[in-house]
Amino acid sequence: MIRVVLPWHLRLLAKTPEEVALEVPPPVSLQAVLDALEQSFPVLRGSIRDPRTRTRRPLLRFYACRRDFSLEPPETLLPDAVVKGEEPLVILGAVAGG
Amino acid sequence: MSRVRLLVGTRKGAFILTSDGARRQWEIRGPLFGGWEIYHMKGAPADPGRIYASQSSSWFGQVVQRSDDGGATWEAVGKDFVYEGETGTHQFYDGSQRPWEFKRVWHFEPSLNDPDTVYAGVEDAALFRSTDGGRTWSELPGLRHHGSGPSWMPGAGGLCLHTIVLDPSDSNRAFIAISAAGAFRTDDGFATWKAINRGLRSGYLPDPEAETGHCVHRIAQHPARPHVLFMQKHWDVMRSDDAGDTWYEISGNLPSDFGFVIDVHAHEPDTIYVVPIQSDSEHYPPGGQLRVWRSRSGGNEWEPLSDGLPQRDCYVNVLREAMAVDSLDPCGIYFGTTGGQIYASADEGDHWTAVASHLPPVLSVEVQTLP
Repeated sequence: MIRVVLPWHLRLLAKTPEEVALEVPPPVSLQAVLDALEQSFPVLRGSIRDPRTRTRRPLLRFYACRRDFSLEPPETLLPDAVVKGEEPLVILGAVAGG
Repeated sequence: MSRVRLLVGTRKGAFILTSDGARRQWEIRGPLFGGWEIYHMKGAPADPGRIYASQSSSWFGQVVQRSDDGGATWEAVGKDFVYEGETGTHQFYDGSQRPWEFKRVWHFEPSLNDPDTVYAGVEDAALFRSTDGGRTWSELPGLRHHGSGPSWMPGAGGLCLHTIVLDPSDSNRAFIAISAAGAFRTDDGFATWKAINRGLRSGYLPDPEAETGHCVHRIAQHPARPHVLFMQKHWDVMRSDDAGDTWYEISGNLPSDFGFVIDVHAHEPDTIYVVPIQSDSEHYPPGGQLRVWRSRSGGNEWEPLSDGLPQRDCYVNVLREAMAVDSLDPCGIYFGTTGGQIYASADEGDHWTAVASHLPPVLSVEVQTLP
């Protein structure tokens, strides 16, 4: 299972705990995880990526295993530790504003 | 006995305040959608249990929430706002052209007779409609395709369509206002629009009397006299007696004619309320004294209402959506401040009480009068 940590606003919107677990068939790319997340929680469509271009919303960041994947191409494969469920993919809002 | 329900949108969530018809004791519920900006909530006149809420965030985008039970439970519905046809461009602050880009819903206006039909005023300025209770949205493109569209320029809050007034006597007629494009009217059921800004004068425009470009902050109407409109403009309080075809100034003895809110008494079409703000650069009450000003003569002669309001060291603002009137007798008046206070008057503005004092900055206040 792939673990995904959601920020407060998205937890509230999707009515989930801080961390959700997703079945994602290999290869486990950033895009595949986000697709699975939106499939499990349709209310999140448009709140992480633009619903048409599927590009990352500008003030969101994607971290995993101490790396920033925010600017990586969507097909970038996530680290083994994420694939094995040892580490989560972290989605968070950029630190900006109040 | 009648009840009232206040729907309060703030920078960090929604709050619902309820009271009986006496309007002395209030219960506060919230925050709902804590941490999200709630630009506006409004109940459907045809079904008071139906409420639409605009939930927004610069990080996470737009969400539309709908309640069918008076705000007890909520469901996230459709949030796909796609401009119709060629996107086109509008003027940016620096005079360059920018493509229209959806940012958020500023205002929901439910139909007067169908709770599933609701209009949304959005940024960048456009008008959308849903006929399925908010699940899907379609632009009404006649407005944005008004020939002046490329010259519309954002106000400080963005290029926002913030006011939608439906004419209760004519379902084909509606009025909208955009900062900073001005006021527009449709007479053919939203297909085409006419700029209705004759008589407005805005010193920040190269041509102060231009057809469009005016920063209209709010328009109010009494349902019994829908051809009479009252406007709080960036500067100047204005009135039209011909459904917006021409306007004349009614600022009269106001200490400042800059402000955001304007509203009309529920039972007296010539009694209107504004909250003067010092200036376009100083968004707080003149002299640090928070006062609602009331005219009982349809404008020009104004009286300050201060009983119960802070009269020293008060430097809050009252934003354009943040005043509402109930339909009880005597009429209740409500407004919210950027300091998080909700003030209520159960006697037409003569006396005020803070019914909430420490909410997040208030973006909008609506009231429902319930049986």
